[in-house]
Amino acid sequence: MSLVPAFESVSVGDKLGPLTMTIDRARLIRYAGASSDFNRIHWSESTAASVGLTGILAHGMLNMALAGRIVTDWAKDPGAVKEFGTRFTRPVYVPDDAVGATVEFTGVVAALDPEARTARVTVTAKFNGQTVLGGAKALVQLS
Amino acid sequence: MPVDPAFVGKPFPYPMSYIVGVEKIRNFAEAIGDDNPIYWDRAAARSAGHPDLVAPPTFGVSIITRAQDEVLFNPDLGLDYSRVVHGDQRFVLRRPIVAGDELFCTFFVDSVRMVQGNEFLGLRTEMADPDGELVGTVFGTLVVRGPDA
Repeated sequence: MSLVPAFESVSVGDKLGPLTMTIDRARLIRYAGASSDFNRIHWSESTAASVGLTGILAHGMLNMALAGRIVTDWAKDPGAVKEFGTRFTRPVYVPDDAVGATVEFTGVVAALDPEARTARVTVTAKFNGQTVLGGAKALVQLS
Repeated sequence: MPVDPAFVGKPFPYPMSYIVGVEKIRNFAEAIGDDNPIYWDRAAARSAGHPDLVAPPTFGVSIITRAQDEVLFNPDLGLDYSRVVHGDQRFVLRRPIVAGDELFCTFFVDSVRMVQGNEFLGLRTEMADPDGELVGTVFGTLVVRGPDA
């Protein structure tokens, strides 16, 4: 049984989310392990400083993975996501404290293709009021 | 120093396959705080029509890491990783990637172009099943900051 929304139930302009996610240092470590991205700039202050960064920043791919949640929470079945892409426009700095960085995600159905029964969804990610992803969009196979 | 143009357009098939693991999918879901049952509960994934747990949309990064790093960290390529910024990333799937999939990666440097002193590397990795059938493609752009950037 398909969990994915039926094409007929979706309209252009439908809103997804919002989703608020906290990125703390523990999440960076978990994500590094889960994704096999062990780039030192995401956990070593001295390495980050040596390449001119003012702190530890989240993996762009972590921001993207969290943005993907807006789409999969809506689609219910992550297997319905056929394409997902983004540009990385701004860094998310993650302080070494109990609070971390807070990123707000929203999405909207931007276009529908009745032939393919797909939805084009755009995602916005904001950190400190500024977008951190550019042109983030997914193609979802509706049921 | 620009990267060696001899790498552009050449397929780099990685000899070792990547086998998608149930626990690896759960670890990834945990890292992004996602309790979607299709990442956790094999029975739920099966009742949604999948052979096993489904990988999250960006899970392909773990699949392609070794194939990509093999080339990106080859000293002959001449990439100064300390000056690299991730420009963009895109995943295109022909079918969902599920636990138990065995995938073979072929990596390509599609393009190298200089824009305002920064070098843009267009990367692509194709993921194929053991029969050679394409399952999905991962695209990425790395930006090597120029000396003035």
